[in-house]
Amino acid sequence: MGGGDELSSPLSPAETTCIHCNLPSTSGRRFCCPGCAAAYETIETLGLGRYYAQRILDPTIRALRPEPPERRDLSRFIVTRADGSHELTLAVDGLQCGACVWLIESVLAREPDLLQGRVNMTTRRLRLHWRGATERAASLAEAVERFGYRLVPFDPASLAAARDSTDRALIRALAVAGFAAANVMLLSIGIWAGEAGGLLHDMGPATRDLLHWFSALIAMPAIAYAGRPFFVSAAAALRQMRTNMDVPISLGVILVTGMSLVQTMQGGVHTYFDSAITLLFFLLIGRVLDHRARSQARATAEQLLTLRAVDVAVLQSDGSIERRGQHAVASGDRVLVGLGEQIGVDGVVERGTSMLDASLVTGESLPVAAAAGTQVFAGTVNLGETLIVRATATGSGTLLAECARLIEAAEARHSRFVRLADRVARRYAPAVHLTALLTFVWWYFAAGVPAVQALLTASAVLIITCPCALALAVPVVQVIATGGLFRAGVLLKSPTALERLADVDTVVFDKTGTLTAPAMALVAGQSFDPDALRVAASLAAGSRHPLARSLLAASGPVAVADDVVERPGQGIQAGDVRLGSRAFASALDGDTAGPELWLSRPGCEPVCFRFAETLRADVATTLNRLRRLGLDVHLLSGDHAAAVAPVAAALDIASWQSGRTPVQKVAAVEALLASGRKVLMVGDGLNDGPSLAAASVSASPASAADISQTVADVVFQGNLLAPVAAVIETARRARNVMRQNLALSVGYNVLMVPLAVAGFVTPWLAAVAMSSSSLLVLANSFRLRGRPA
Amino acid sequence: MNVILYLLGASLILGGGGLAIFLWSLRSGQYDDLEGAANRILFDDNER
Repeated sequence: MGGGDELSSPLSPAETTCIHCNLPSTSGRRFCCPGCAAAYETIETLGLGRYYAQRILDPTIRALRPEPPERRDLSRFIVTRADGSHELTLAVDGLQCGACVWLIESVLAREPDLLQGRVNMTTRRLRLHWRGATERAASLAEAVERFGYRLVPFDPASLAAARDSTDRALIRALAVAGFAAANVMLLSIGIWAGEAGGLLHDMGPATRDLLHWFSALIAMPAIAYAGRPFFVSAAAALRQMRTNMDVPISLGVILVTGMSLVQTMQGGVHTYFDSAITLLFFLLIGRVLDHRARSQARATAEQLLTLRAVDVAVLQSDGSIERRGQHAVASGDRVLVGLGEQIGVDGVVERGTSMLDASLVTGESLPVAAAAGTQVFAGTVNLGETLIVRATATGSGTLLAECARLIEAAEARHSRFVRLADRVARRYAPAVHLTALLTFVWWYFAAGVPAVQALLTASAVLIITCPCALALAVPVVQVIATGGLFRAGVLLKSPTALERLADVDTVVFDKTGTLTAPAMALVAGQSFDPDALRVAASLAAGSRHPLARSLLAASGPVAVADDVVERPGQGIQAGDVRLGSRAFASALDGDTAGPELWLSRPGCEPVCFRFAETLRADVATTLNRLRRLGLDVHLLSGDHAAAVAPVAAALDIASWQSGRTPVQKVAAVEALLASGRKVLMVGDGLNDGPSLAAASVSASPASAADISQTVADVVFQGNLLAPVAAVIETARRARNVMRQNLALSVGYNVLMVPLAVAGFVTPWLAAVAMSSSSLLVLANSFRLRGRPA
Repeated sequence: MNVILYLLGASLILGGGGLAIFLWSLRSGQYDDLEGAANRILFDDNER
């Protein structure tokens, strides 16, 4: 382990940073804590020292300071394969760059029984595959965690559900369409060059027919395969007596292909196989990108939830403590909850008295007292002395069950949102098909041309109007907007969220955890000397508890004190210096007024650090930004009026309600909806879940309760509220570009349709016109990039 | 003009071969981690 001289090698006394994690270290020391020293030594001993030279640290990602190991039960996440080997997938927190991937894989490569240990950098997941005992999982994870990465297991059931076969099916279709489009187009160019009036005009009818037959041979199976995503969706829509964008696409492609086949068999001059398959190719590009952007956002949202999963300390009958996953706690188990720990289960307090922070559950910002018999919910944070909670089954009477029921009811009432493209398709498709029909009728009956000739002209109309640009107009914009927001830390989970956000005229905020920061902050204006804060922070740096984290946030990064020992449920100790609850770190009697930490040092008076909820740093500017966008801002809180009123006054929110239950929140949102407003609900608590589901569109911070985050259409990361304004601005800009795109493609059709009706359109003209209109729409969409998200 | 038949055949076989290789690479998961693949090439002494 880290030798004493390693720790004390003299360096420049000014600003020293830890070699391993790059956080500040006590001046003159190379490492900030023994954990980092040990990690550094391990890496050097394994001969992987190159890691430090090659890595590029990302300041936005958690630093690699090793934390005290978590003991947990990995067994239920392990999948055993038929051949007896085991598999486990873990989310990796702290992955900085490619060098980290190399380090983790190189270390794992030295484990002889590991068949595969591979990091997926895109999804930030580590997959372990090994032979032997399932218990090896813990030591394999430990081999990686000692460097400061944090590993959290994925539930195999949710992994299987998420493993998305649609993505691959779409890409396969795209590959087939691309292959066929290129080859058919190659043949078509030959035909166009050789036809009478072409460049060479020396192609005989036999050669032309041969090339037509080859085109049909390539195009027909490819269209049957690559067109399936559209045909299936169109058929589903028609069965429900609706139309969507896929209906005109499918009809157009099928009719044109059939027509071209008839032409080929009759030795006709014009076929449109190239147009049909190229159309599918373009549309599939849009589909694939759209699908990718969304599944990336969803996977990230899932990763966020996984990384937050808490462990529960279950008290065994012999008095020992076993740490288990939240779901592995049975009803009747007794659970130990220490200071600052989140209660992982619903239950009843069996022993102990304490203060609880239930802000994530009820929205109340002031701590509530808890004693034996008090009912508590998962997500509540214990702010005081250790409690023993007896887990109860999630019965129908609990708040969680009620919220789940309300969410279901709200979602059922939700009217189906019709996408802009589908709204256009509803009017567009009948118009187009009618035009094609009239064209046929006119040429056949009025002009008296042969039926085949008339059909050909009609299908040229279909090809020209086939909504290629129209079908690209919306998805391409969505991909660009979703990608930009994703890079800014905003995850759009729902495919229609962007369009619904653009329509929003009212924003309803929850207070606790939404307008206020998710973590408690040190109360300003307390008098203690800065040295006390620094010492306290150096102890807190070794702990995971929320209050310790808040203390660290107030002091800025510091070196970890030597020999830090954490006493579960009480506090942190380093020699004679203690940081923790009143009873642990001070001899003083008295009641705990709110969340607080005490610091005691030998020869000094105990110092008290008090914490309280504070507004997010940019609340005022963000609300003003929203008002400038013409939005009404409302505040709907589950908290007491005394806590809500000052916030509403400070932020100039005229319309606010306090003390709302989940049912009342839903009612308030639905009243706004009933008055014709489009409501964006922003909330984080369990109690906000139902109203999130009821609103036109909903957003949650990444710190929200699991159930709310799952319901929300948008999840935003970070400590600021600005993403709420940014997402609406982006959505409105995106809607404008979408409308321009639709106007462009409809306008193009208006220009080209008369030519087609008049019979002037030949296959090569159709191909050129179709591609150029698609490119025009693409180019217009890219204007959305390069602007601040 | 029989040569055209050979050329058509050859182009179909070559194109189809490319398509088959792409589908194989897709199936074997080579597009699952594009970001990782871009970085992995910088570290040449991976032990497996």
